[in-house]
Amino acid sequence: MKVTPSSHFQSQLLQASRWKWQEWVGWILVFAAPWALPSHALIVNEMAIVALFALSLDLVLGYAGIVSLGHAAFLGFGAYASALFAKHVMPDPVIGLVWGMALTTLLGALCSATILRGSDLTRLMVTLGMALILLELANKLDWLTGGSDGLQGVLMAPLFGRFEFDLMGQTAATYSLTVLFLLFLAVRHWVHSPMGATVKAIRDNRLRASAIGIHANAKLAVVYTVAACLAGAAGALMAQTTGFASLDVFALDRSADVMLMLVIGGVGWLYGGLLGAVAFKFMHDFISSITPQYWTFWIGLFLVVLVLVGRDKLFKPWKWGRP
Amino acid sequence: MLTILFDGIAYGMLLFILAVGLAVTMGLMNFINLAHGAFAMAGGYLTVVLMQRLDVPFLICLPVSFVVTGLMGAFLERTLYRRMYQKPHLDQVLFSIGLAFMAVSSVDYVMGSQQQIMQLPEWLKGRTEWWDGALGMGHYRLFIIAVCAALTVALQFVLSSTRFGSQLRASVDDSRVAAGLGINVNLIFALTFAVGSGLAGLGGALGAEVLGLDPTFPLKFMVYFLIVVAVGGTTSITGPLLAALLLGIADVAGKYYVPKLGAFIVYALMLLILLWRPQGLFSRQGGK
Repeated sequence: MKVTPSSHFQSQLLQASRWKWQEWVGWILVFAAPWALPSHALIVNEMAIVALFALSLDLVLGYAGIVSLGHAAFLGFGAYASALFAKHVMPDPVIGLVWGMALTTLLGALCSATILRGSDLTRLMVTLGMALILLELANKLDWLTGGSDGLQGVLMAPLFGRFEFDLMGQTAATYSLTVLFLLFLAVRHWVHSPMGATVKAIRDNRLRASAIGIHANAKLAVVYTVAACLAGAAGALMAQTTGFASLDVFALDRSADVMLMLVIGGVGWLYGGLLGAVAFKFMHDFISSITPQYWTFWIGLFLVVLVLVGRDKLFKPWKWGRP
Repeated sequence: MLTILFDGIAYGMLLFILAVGLAVTMGLMNFINLAHGAFAMAGGYLTVVLMQRLDVPFLICLPVSFVVTGLMGAFLERTLYRRMYQKPHLDQVLFSIGLAFMAVSSVDYVMGSQQQIMQLPEWLKGRTEWWDGALGMGHYRLFIIAVCAALTVALQFVLSSTRFGSQLRASVDDSRVAAGLGINVNLIFALTFAVGSGLAGLGGALGAEVLGLDPTFPLKFMVYFLIVVAVGGTTSITGPLLAALLLGIADVAGKYYVPKLGAFIVYALMLLILLWRPQGLFSRQGGK
């Protein structure tokens, strides 16, 4: 059979979207982790949540090419939305999660209007501004959110009415991992769909993408909204599994940390966010066990070196110093 | 009422001196420098240390902090920053936020995390009231306004009427063509960066008493500097000046009249302005 160029590209694209056996093994190991190492279940839970958050930023930064310094806005909004829902309406975790995601999606759709125009600096400022506004609101509306004390006393009902959230965190970890896996499946499918390819085209060259008839603004708005939904899910999981929501979910550190995770793992690659989150968590625990107060110095140094060496070359020492 | 306006103007002038270096470097090199506040903090701490430990008079501390932070800026520009100009914005953001983190924890390590208290000289401590207290002017704020106004006039003069100024404006408009005309763009970059950092250091020294000085200074005020630049645009220095005055007055008035909302007003105002004019309130159409 003669291979025409178009079918060649088609088979390449299909090849990239196919599941590899390494991925299956990886996911099975991850799901086994909270049961094999029960004492680390809480850390696995935390990792799953930040991994979901990083995955969400990857859509915005890696796939759509929007530099955002305020992604924590959606994390925090999801966290407060589901925590308040559990406290005042009903304590069921799954419904609370869906509620948190729905509200954050709405917020993301509203905010997506702000990121369409202007330069990188403008986008940086409006995303950062959104997070700061929400932080101020959560701080000042203390009758609703508890202000700077945080929102306490969030009690969750057992998952599906059967599985209690125990102190060991095995239920919580499995719950978070399941949500992460399901959303990851959806995102993975979506990224390899024509829509995903369209978004990448806009990122690489917006002018050319518009020239072949892509409505760039509409697509970017959709990506931003979807990413907001994922970040909201991460926030909801965080509030539900810790039973607590505090102001620092909106803080600049969160947005900077998640950007660092993504950069460690690799931008524009779905597993980048997940691996980066795990690596960051280990690095954080390692450094803060040595110098609990000054660990940001080492994070800063790491960032500077990372950029000077080149993001893609950090783990390939033989390429250092070459352009 | 007038007192608030006066305080707002003093605050705005201070913000302008702090942020003008950022505006020029961003316009010149298209470089997003989130570590700009670190230079201001360096100037502030230098002044505090000089005044408290070595008993240097305040008026000598100001030029010293300008020169020292300017030299620091020049050094960092030569060694680190210049490699960043050609990189994508994500790299620049990561790099400069890394620098800011390092500055924050180094200062925390050396000086401790408490707020530094600055002892003003006697002749700046008083307060003058006019019209039965309708307009109360702290002498220190008057001093800030005077210094910043003088600096603004000097900057405007340098930019509009000197050879260096026209070379700088040419490089901002199109650095490739400017280089083609024989202007040493690299040197201009380095000088501008040094002067911008020096001004930030001077602003930090002046503002240590008004803004408060602790190790988180660069991160706390980064947002304000960026607002000034984003709203003012980077094509001129009058844009950032007006934006800084607007921000200063809005912030002081907002905190006075509706303390419940706090900084909310400033952020909301910024968001609205940027939605309306994404390139900045005062930038020319088609500017970079």
